[in-house]
This record gives sequence, C-alpha cells and structure tokens, in this order.
Amino acid sequence: MSDLLTLAGVHTHIGRYHILQGVDLTAREGRTTMLLGRNGAGKTTTLRTIMGLWPASSGTITLAGTRIEALATPDIATRGIGYVPETMAVFSDLTVKENLILAARTGPLDDAQLAWIFQFFPALKKFWLSSAGTLSGGQKQMLSIARAIVEPRKLLLIDEPTKGLAPAIVGALIDCLAEIKRRGATILLVEQNFRVAEAIGDDVAVMDNGRIMYTGDMPTLAANTALQEHFLGLSLEAHQ
Amino acid sequence: MMILSGDPPRSRVLSALLIVIVALLALAPFLFPGAKPLNVATKICVFAALVASYDLLLGYTGTVSFAHTMFYGIGSYGIAIALYTLGPTWTAVGAGLACGLPLAVLLALAIGLFSLRVQAIFFAMITLAVASAFLVLASQLSGLTGGEDGRSFQLPELLRPGTVFAKGVFGITVSGRTLTYYIVFVGAAAMILALLRVVNSPFGRVLQAIRENRFRAEALGYRTVFHLTLANCIAALVAAFAGALNALWLRYAGPDTSLAFSIMLDILLMVVIGGMGTIYGAIIGAVIFILAQNYLQALMGLASSAAADAGLPLLPGLLHPDRWLLWLGLLFIASVYFFPTGVVGRLRGAARQ
Repeated sequence: MSDLLTLAGVHTHIGRYHILQGVDLTAREGRTTMLLGRNGAGKTTTLRTIMGLWPASSGTITLAGTRIEALATPDIATRGIGYVPETMAVFSDLTVKENLILAARTGPLDDAQLAWIFQFFPALKKFWLSSAGTLSGGQKQMLSIARAIVEPRKLLLIDEPTKGLAPAIVGALIDCLAEIKRRGATILLVEQNFRVAEAIGDDVAVMDNGRIMYTGDMPTLAANTALQEHFLGLSLEAHQ
Repeated sequence: MMILSGDPPRSRVLSALLIVIVALLALAPFLFPGAKPLNVATKICVFAALVASYDLLLGYTGTVSFAHTMFYGIGSYGIAIALYTLGPTWTAVGAGLACGLPLAVLLALAIGLFSLRVQAIFFAMITLAVASAFLVLASQLSGLTGGEDGRSFQLPELLRPGTVFAKGVFGITVSGRTLTYYIVFVGAAAMILALLRVVNSPFGRVLQAIRENRFRAEALGYRTVFHLTLANCIAALVAAFAGALNALWLRYAGPDTSLAFSIMLDILLMVVIGGMGTIYGAIIGAVIFILAQNYLQALMGLASSAAADAGLPLLPGLLHPDRWLLWLGLLFIASVYFFPTGVVGRLRGAARQ
C-alpha cells in the first residue's frame, strides 16, 4: 500500500510561536490514519499546514508524489484534498443545497452521491433549502462532512468531527466515516474521542509538543494500556 | 421570476413597495413633469444602480471600498470630456463610454490585484488614498477636466430639451429631455437586473462564502483574490456607467457632482438603510434617502408653520427648515437602530415569521 501523503520534517511558526517542530507523518492510501494527542499538541496545526492555511516554514509535504508545501490553499484543495475543520465550518447564509453545490467543484451535484449522503444524514435532505445557519450543531457537522465527500477526493482531512456532539449523532458519524473508509477513501482524522478512533482507525500517530511521538497501527495501541498511558496520558479503557 | 434571476423580493410588502416605486419611476415624466421632481426621479434611478453596485462589494463580499465615487466620476468625466472635445454627437457618447468604462475596470483591476490580498482595513485605506489622489488630479488637470468648475457640454440633438417629439401626450411635451430620462431609467434597470443575475449565479454564491469565511472558501479550492477582484471590476463598471448616465442627465461633470466624498457617504447610508446584501435594498435606500434629501426641508417648513399657527410651544423652532440636516441625521440613526438589517432585511424577516 503506497503512501498518499507524507510530511517530512515540517516546521510551522504562527507569529513568534514555533508550533510544529519537525513533523514526520505518513497517510497510506485507502487507510484511515488517526492523529491523536493532548490539546495543544499541534494536531489542528498539522492539518492546517497540509492545507496551506498556515504555511510550513520548512520541511516537505508530498501528496501522491507531488510537493505541495509551497502551493496556495486553493491549489492544494483542487489537487483532491477535502478538509473538514473542527468548527462546524458551514456557510451560514447559504442554504444546505448551496453549501453542497459550492463544494462540488467538478460539476453539478451527483444524485447517487447525494442519495448516499442522505442515508447517513437524513436531516440534510429535510433542511435542503433551509439556511445552514439555522441547523443544529450536529446537523452543521453533518453538512461540513457532506461537503467534503460530495465528490470523490484523494484525501480527507477531518478535524475532531465528534467534538461537542450528542452520542446519537456521534453514532451516525461513525457509521458514515466507516462507510467512507469502506469505499476506499484515504482519511487523516484528528479525534479526541477514543471510541471513534478505535472504531475507524487503521493507523495511528500520536503527537506531543509539535512532534510525532509514536506511529503504529490502531489495534496495537488500543490493546496496549501502557502505550496509551505513556503517549496519551490516559488509557482507552479508563476513557470508555 | 426569470428576469429577477430566481431571487424575488420574498415579502409581499416589499414586492408591493418595489412595484409602486418602479411604476412611479417609469411614469415619472408624465406624473411629475416639473423640473425638480424629474431631477429627483433621475437621481433615484442613477443612485439605485450605483448603490446596488456598491452592495455587490459591501453586502456580498464584505469589502469596504472608498473608491466607488472615483469609478462613478470616471464614467461622468468620460462622457463629459468626450462630448466637450468631440462635440455633441453619438460618436462622442460612444467614445466617452468606450474610454470611461474600461478605464474604471482597469483601475479596479489594479487596485484589486494590489490590495485585495491584504486585510480588509488596508484595502479600505488604499481605496481611500487612490480616490483622494484622483479627486486632486481631476481638480488639477483643469485643461482636461475643467478643474473645480467641471465640464459643461451639449448633448446630441436627439437628447436636447429643445427637441420636441410630441406635444400634449397626457398633457406633457415629449422632448429630448424625456428621452434622456428613459435612457437613464432603462440603463439603471438593466444594471440592477444584471447585478441580480451576478449575485444569484455560482459566482455570487462564492462571494457570499468569501464574505462569511475567506479561508474556508479557499480550503474548498476557490481563489478568493480572483473572485474579489472580479467583483470589484463589475462594481466599478456599473458605477462608471451610472456616472455616465448622470452626466448625460446633468449635461455636466464636476468634482462636486461625481467625485466628492459626500457622495460616498450617501452611498454608504443608502446601502445600510435599504439593507446590505439584497440588491433590492439599493432601490429602497435610494428612494428614502433622496426623497428625504430633497423634500424633508420643505416638509419641515410646512410642519413648522402649522405648529406656529396652532400656537404650539417649542415645535416651530425644532421643526424650523434650517434644522433639516439635524433631523435627517436623527432619521438615519433611528433607521439603523430600528432596522439593523435594513428595510429589506426587516421586511423579509417579518415575512418569514
């Protein structure tokens, strides 16, 4: 299985703060890589750096064999990366339909893809012509994810999709992410909820202080309480 | 619905208001044949288009520009200089448009490419500086622009007040002045409908996305500088055309009528009063503002006299016509306070409930 995304020695400065301090990370094609770590470890900065929203000060980022660290954000996005930020990033003044049309860059909305999205997120169909600003938090998150998967992408970057959501909605999100994964998508997912991480993660990378401290496969980390306590400061068992 | 690009007023009251306004403007030469009412009607047409073009920038992209009067002025001066130098012919009108409109678009393109990458506040400052420089330039290049006095010119034969087409049509004489009014009316209507088309196109949706969150729009793959610059160019083109129409009506272009900063403030007030990000708000804002600007003083004079006749204390002094600007200011503060989303936003909100 080839590496779709590779970060090598990536440093990112935001103002005078040195946030990423040499990140080495790989996302393998067709697999879901979980990026875990404490708050402030640099997970969100890593995703934003990949998207070019906070440009890397040094290091290389390679997507499918092409260097992208010097590209502008729109160029990175059009190379096939879908990005779901952590802040339920919908366009509130536009309708659900308009939000999805905006995300479908290659042409009109695909009916089959829409029907598939509605299976997981029926609320989006119900509020199709409503302003996205009137949706609940969970519905906004659904729309945010739907926007990233409304057309095929090489890679999905998803930042804490379950943050602040009710358990029932988290369940729907897990089903959806599992189905996206089953369809062969490559996902780099930042997640604090270990139940979600364990349910859908194939590979895992743990960050701390702007560096990757551990990489391996998810089942190994999930089965090893000592590793979890060492790298994350808590165990999945305790968390669950 | 097609003509409104699938974006109806979405409020019965607003629809009724717009129908009445458009009908009155369409029949203005016959309903209000006097010089002042027709001047007011023309100003409403010109400013409705001008304010709608500014709404494309402020309301749909969230960009504050102070250079809008500069584009308006370029359109005005284009017509004025061409007709002054080439004589009162249609070729001169065409030449004025052919020089003024592209110049406005090129300047907007240059300003956009150089300054829309930076933060909004710097863009606003840059437009302010460029507009100030242009105002000074227009005043200094007196050989070309007429300096502080501006340029008066003659219109082609067909548009002159002395050209009579018919007498006694609904009691008025249909003259070149009437034809000029209808050129302004149709031109303004076409510009507003074109802007409605722009804001309801996929391009318009991207502009709204940029207004809400520029980085989010970029993360979807949209080059925001390109979209903002294009919006700036479209707004400049419409403003320049509105300026050209105004010059045709006034048969004059000068710093006070086309480049003054007070015009910029008027545009800002009209956008806010009408409702930002609606296009229809431009029509409502222009009507309210221009009517108040032209008739509030006279109305206050009547009210003051009536209060004095009735022997009421204080009121005659408070409503004295000389205080009309104070009341105009209070009226606008009240309208912004009670209609923070503008008249159109308020009416649409009421319709939703």
